[in-house]
Amino acid sequence: MSEPRVLIVTGLGLNCEAETAAAFSLAGARPELVHLLDLLDGSAPRKLPDYPILAFIGGFAFGDHLGAGSVFANKIRWRLYDDLLRFIEKGGLALGVCNGFQTMVRLGLLPGLDGDYRTPRATLAPNDRPGYRDAWVRLEFDPGSPCVWTKGIDRMELPSRHGEGKFLAEPETARRLERDHLVVARYLGPDGAPTMEWPWNPNGSPDAVAGICDPTGRLFGLMPHPDAYLYPFHHPRWTRMRLDGTLPEEGAGLKIFRNGVSEAARS
Amino acid sequence: MVHRLEIAPRSGLRDPRGDAVAATVRDILAIPVARVRTRDVYRIDADLTDGEAFRVLHELVDPVGQHGALGKLDDGPFGVAVTVAAKPGVTDPVGKSARVAVEDTLGRRLAEGAAVYTATMYLMDGIDVAAAELVATRILANPVIQTVRLETYEAWRGSGPDLAIPKVEAHATPPVATIDLSGTDADLAAISKTKLLALTLAEMRAIRDHFRSAGRNPTDVELECLAQTWSEHCKHKIFNATVTYREPGREPETIRSLFKTFIRGATEAVDRAERERTGRSWLVSVFHDNAGVVAFDDHHHLVYKVETHNSPSALDPYGGAITGIVGVNRDPFGTGLGADLLANVWGYCFASPFRRAEPPRGLLHPRRIRDGVHAGVIDGGNQSGVPYGRGWEIFDDRFLGKPLVFCGTVGRLPVTIAGRPGHEKEARPGDLVVMAGGRIGADGIHGATFSSAALDESAPIQAVQIGDPITQKRMFDFLTEARDQGLYSSITDNGAGGLSSSVGEMARGPGGAEIDLAKAPLKYAGLAPWEILLSEAQERMTLAVPPERIDAFLALARRREVEASVLGTFTGSGFLHVSYAGETVARIAMSFLHEGDPDLDLPAVWEPKRFDEPAGPAPEDLSAALLGMLSRLNLCSGEVKARHYDHEVKGLTVVKPWVGVNSDVPAEATVFLARHGSRRGYVLSEGVNPFYSDTDTYAMAQSVLDEAVRRQVCAGASLDRIAALDNFCWPDPVQSEGTPDGAYKMAQLVRACRGLYDLTRAYGTPLVSGKDSMKNDSIMGGVKISVPPTLLVSALGQIDDVTKAVTLDLKSPGDLVYLLGPTRDETGGSEYFRWLGARDGLAASDGGPAPYVGNKVPRVDPVPTMACYRALAAATAGGLVRSAATPGKGGLALALARAAMAGRLGMEVDLDRAPDLEALPPEIALFSESNGRIVATVAPGDAPAFEALLSGSACRRIGVVTAEPRLRATLRGRIRVDVAVSDMTSAFQGTLAHV
Repeated sequence: MSEPRVLIVTGLGLNCEAETAAAFSLAGARPELVHLLDLLDGSAPRKLPDYPILAFIGGFAFGDHLGAGSVFANKIRWRLYDDLLRFIEKGGLALGVCNGFQTMVRLGLLPGLDGDYRTPRATLAPNDRPGYRDAWVRLEFDPGSPCVWTKGIDRMELPSRHGEGKFLAEPETARRLERDHLVVARYLGPDGAPTMEWPWNPNGSPDAVAGICDPTGRLFGLMPHPDAYLYPFHHPRWTRMRLDGTLPEEGAGLKIFRNGVSEAARS
Repeated sequence: MVHRLEIAPRSGLRDPRGDAVAATVRDILAIPVARVRTRDVYRIDADLTDGEAFRVLHELVDPVGQHGALGKLDDGPFGVAVTVAAKPGVTDPVGKSARVAVEDTLGRRLAEGAAVYTATMYLMDGIDVAAAELVATRILANPVIQTVRLETYEAWRGSGPDLAIPKVEAHATPPVATIDLSGTDADLAAISKTKLLALTLAEMRAIRDHFRSAGRNPTDVELECLAQTWSEHCKHKIFNATVTYREPGREPETIRSLFKTFIRGATEAVDRAERERTGRSWLVSVFHDNAGVVAFDDHHHLVYKVETHNSPSALDPYGGAITGIVGVNRDPFGTGLGADLLANVWGYCFASPFRRAEPPRGLLHPRRIRDGVHAGVIDGGNQSGVPYGRGWEIFDDRFLGKPLVFCGTVGRLPVTIAGRPGHEKEARPGDLVVMAGGRIGADGIHGATFSSAALDESAPIQAVQIGDPITQKRMFDFLTEARDQGLYSSITDNGAGGLSSSVGEMARGPGGAEIDLAKAPLKYAGLAPWEILLSEAQERMTLAVPPERIDAFLALARRREVEASVLGTFTGSGFLHVSYAGETVARIAMSFLHEGDPDLDLPAVWEPKRFDEPAGPAPEDLSAALLGMLSRLNLCSGEVKARHYDHEVKGLTVVKPWVGVNSDVPAEATVFLARHGSRRGYVLSEGVNPFYSDTDTYAMAQSVLDEAVRRQVCAGASLDRIAALDNFCWPDPVQSEGTPDGAYKMAQLVRACRGLYDLTRAYGTPLVSGKDSMKNDSIMGGVKISVPPTLLVSALGQIDDVTKAVTLDLKSPGDLVYLLGPTRDETGGSEYFRWLGARDGLAASDGGPAPYVGNKVPRVDPVPTMACYRALAAATAGGLVRSAATPGKGGLALALARAAMAGRLGMEVDLDRAPDLEALPPEIALFSESNGRIVATVAPGDAPAFEALLSGSACRRIGVVTAEPRLRATLRGRIRVDVAVSDMTSAFQGTLAHV
């Protein structure tokens, strides 16, 4: 499979479809934008399990009313769950960014411990400092994590753009996420260590959690936006980096999409 | 029956919303509230069993972060509970989403009329009922749109759950009335006033005579329809009036339409010159559609529109502002066959949020207005998935009566849509009149006429709408699919005036339309036909759909769960024919509807005014003066609020609104791609400076256009493709009893238009769209407050390769610092003079400008200025410029400070290197606001090439960038400014850090 198809679920207030499609195209995949309602009523050209990669994108599904992702997740739970589970059984890869991450957690797809992808065991609560905020943050990735999306990535700067990103889990769940290296990404402070300090940790997530994966490492959710760092000049300081020679060839966020696509191409 | 659900954060977890309320209460009201907990309340009015209601509760509660209950959730004692709920008929987007969740959970559709009503409970400790009531009315609720319920814990425990719902009880449709216009002039005037028609006597007479000749009186539908079609808001009567302009020592001059003469006149002149120069025009569609359209590349045109939403924002800041942003989104979307939205801009004029005195009765405190306006545009823009490109705030106490809320949207219009030119649309006779999107309610009735009058206590509560970005986003997604499938032939938005305006306008092409208002979907029964016709309920577009496409159109609408209704047919009858359930309720000749209003004749009398110059001595310590200036409301950082707006969704933002090492200094201009896979981009900037208006609006208009263009040049935009938008917000300039100085304000308008006319032609920057709001006065408790004449010029530029863009931050130690353009003693209306006024303890006289105003207002010398800009543009294109900043408000000193703060580097400048600066008193040299100037830095190796390109202009090397983060400026042989960058950033960021 050279050009894996990517199902990008759209509509109902989601809004990051253009940059996510651009990201997967640049990564060598074939993105297909499909409105959730077309998936639900079966009028979509393909069914969910027919795709090797599924993207839950960022945005404001139903305006984040009743909690980010919840109304959207609710539609999926009651009308698409079996397809979703079949997709996972077939070894599908799923990426959830921001609102997509919130949706996956609300559904119970993440952390998905013990093969249970139905029971919500965590939540993304309102930021300690209320309100949406758009500012770039520095992330550190756990090299010991099974996450296939972040292989070979140690650090990355990305924009954090959300109002509900404080990752909370029951203590037992939190312990297992930590122990099994399922906490894929953490917010870094100016001293280069994971931090609880605002603004470097934009939401007050305990243990500075920015993203997690399921035990298979194939389902990955992240609050900051890799889809917003595709080109060198997406970086807020690109005009300076150009002068000191640190401007990269391509946006660092693209690596995450390349990882997912090559993994899908292999399997 | 009604089920009540209460959902709260789990005990033990933080409640950030409650914490924020508690902090605000302590800060603003100085009430020592101990704790505030919040919870969401959902009242489900549907045929649910208790078992079903429980399933819904289980589904809505986040098991990890929340807990909830049916009925009442007892989470332990509290002092007082404040419950805030929407009044009947007020838009409740959360309730709408909750309804969807209920249906999905139960797997069945709820009955028509079923609904979920939301409310928020604030459980407060350490506070009594009286104090809680104060909190409720001052901070939590707006009585215009919300109800408040207060109860102690005991009372709450002792009573059953509150199952009341704000349902609009349906009543019979009121009959259509005929309005008797046979009375005296006094009677006509009375009818206009009591019915909020805002029609002048002359207009009432014209209507009377028209219907008299038809041998009948108009129906209320006809009268209301004419009133809003002829409203200042829709008709721009003042800009189209015949003006007699008088000025001392000059012959009186007659101007037939300021718009045709100066605005469109300038654009036509620029376009003519462009055609002569290049043999082609890049103006695709200007002035006749919902937004201006300019050529961009082979795939897309660019579309831009800026609007204001002032009066509604004064009454309900959040609702008014969110309606402003989602409303202006519909302009590009309703331009041509429909543009894709790319970026929003916002700008606000407020009174000081630190105001101690209570505002006059009927006005909200400026801090509350500011917070509400920001929150509204933040939600509206973010939830629509549109990043913001520009944002600014200006503060002056004359905005206490009416804040100015500018919202704009850039779009991209495909050059070809379904095989047709994207910018052309035409409703043909036989096409169906279709309304898509939200339903019609009483919201926003009389919005158009209301915004065409001064704000007073009688402002109708229906004048407030609350935009629902998600409903609109879903409608846009659907209509974009319909557009690309070629399912409609024309589209326009429903804004001011609702259907009467959208259908009335669209019907001009075919020459008529007939619609049946009974076919329009309503939020609740009981609206009178004229209300259905005029309602400004949001999120609606009107389309012309060919009969052969209607089935496909409606089918797609159903699939996307967007409501679309066929209301009637476009005709060639020459009449707007409106019926209700088959009964004719209005039949107005298109010619009378659009050309029947009598021409307006307005006097304009200009008399130059003299203002006080600073009395006290010049400040000794200019370092302290600079820090004082940096902390001024009009110069300090607004980043804290701005960060709540998304600025990079869509992945097309290249130069962001905040730039520099720490991304904490506002960019001179922002740069965006129009699509992925191309490097061609567009550039956004603006100029606004009402402070110059007191002295001379001619200079004001030229200054703001120059600033907008200058910012474009600094960022690297091509000078051959800069389009400008003009947004006028004026105090009422019509001479009358209530406005004895109307002729002077009209003269200010004439001079502003002439200033734009002269400079747009000199610069070759056409005006492609604009808007005017001419009644920005408020009369509250007998006090009249008028805004200063305010003109916002928004520039839309283009850049061949975004990677060539330049930002203002200093880049490297050793780079050379250049000052381009001459500095004159032009301190009139300057921020420096107002700082001196504050230093001298002076306050503005009632309704007057803040002292000192001064008289030497900045002018523009177009020819050398444009020559300098062109030279700089060449240098930028050649990659010779490392940073470029524009001295504007605060002058040269503030430009140097911003560049240094952004780069976290220092500067050693000897201003005596510039003879014009050496000739001025040091404080004037530093703070004068002369136009046409740019501070640029250049790598030493590039200096010769740079200086050669700029040799024809006033280009002076004044210093060097230093590694030590310190700004040092020498003048007349002495170091006058010596400030650490860290001190500058603290001053710059401190003022609005917690507000």
